[in-house]
Amino acid sequence: MAVTVRIPTPLRTLTGGADEVSVDGGTVAEVIENLETNHPGMKDRLCDDKGVRRFVNIYANDEDIRFLDNLETVLKEGDTLSIVPAIAGGASL
Amino acid sequence: MRFRRMESIVEAVGNTPMVRLRALEKDAPGTKIYLKLEYANPGGSVKDRPARQMMLDAIEDGRLTHDKILIDATSGNTGVAYSFLGAAMGYRIQLVMPSNVSQARKDITEAFGTEIIYSDPMEGSDGAIVKVRKMVAEDPDRYFYADQYSNPSNPRAHYLGTGREILEQVGDEITHFVAGLGTSGTCMGTTRRLHEHTRKIQCIALEPAEALHGLEGLKHMESSLVPEIYDSKVPDEILPVSTDAGWDMSDRLAAQEGLHVGHSTGANVAGALEVAKRADASCVVAIACDRGDRYFAPMKWEKHYEW
Repeated sequence: MAVTVRIPTPLRTLTGGADEVSVDGGTVAEVIENLETNHPGMKDRLCDDKGVRRFVNIYANDEDIRFLDNLETVLKEGDTLSIVPAIAGGASL
Repeated sequence: MRFRRMESIVEAVGNTPMVRLRALEKDAPGTKIYLKLEYANPGGSVKDRPARQMMLDAIEDGRLTHDKILIDATSGNTGVAYSFLGAAMGYRIQLVMPSNVSQARKDITEAFGTEIIYSDPMEGSDGAIVKVRKMVAEDPDRYFYADQYSNPSNPRAHYLGTGREILEQVGDEITHFVAGLGTSGTCMGTTRRLHEHTRKIQCIALEPAEALHGLEGLKHMESSLVPEIYDSKVPDEILPVSTDAGWDMSDRLAAQEGLHVGHSTGANVAGALEVAKRADASCVVAIACDRGDRYFAPMKWEKHYEW
């Protein structure tokens, strides 16, 4: 079962420049594992030993997974998972 | 200075206080650590300085007139600064920002009459820059594109203000200055001024250790559009700082020093503390970019975003 994962600019070095990749997985955790297999280094950018890094935002469709079931959030065919960067830049702040 | 009577809020920018971080100094015995509280500026952040300078310089040479719209890409503090200065001086302001900025950010700028244009959240702040460039290219006469990333008035504000004030406040004691890289204006301008001092002052630029980081306002240069005003040869050293270190230091500053600051300030102070432990350090100065309450919104109660 495939979901679409939207990749933010800073992580596109890991996807060969692709802004979207198709990944199998029935939960967010499974998708991240498969992302890591296809694009090594991805998991470490997104997660630490306590789960999703506190400054990384992941959305299942348009909902922050923190307000769903976090890594156990169930996904279905055709869902979109978005990794959204913090609003960093120079506008500094 | 801060007691003086003013003719306009525009004059209230700068001359910010500096406080000593005595609790933190226990981790680096023998070194003084000072934090310059840029959040005491009227717009609540260090960005009041470059925004004011960019506007005043452009008004003086005719680039900004009342029939033009000041436009720029900003996710936050620079936008607040343009907005209150624009309202006070009578200029129309438009800001381009990623659509996932917090509602509070949108509300603050709109309260001053500023118009907001949204860019793709997946492209981050660089997406906002690309969008504003396109808008200006299509109708160049309509806008004054302030372009904080390329405008020399941005570092100039810090050369004339921040750097001079630091020397007045700590005198000849300062051995090290630490500032994070965003537009790089603070680091470039302040460093240039401090390097003119008779005795060598080590100026250290901090940058996020990770490309995907949570230090809002700071830029990981290797994976970003590099600002035109940035010159990597200006700082004496570039020090990476992790998001976790910055976030943890923000919490510590609130709990131990009574300073509730944003994450970029946390990163600046985490870097300053590391530098303070060095053998050649005896007085380190860092910048508090803004207050922590500007970042309260998204995680806790602002659950829904409109993209």
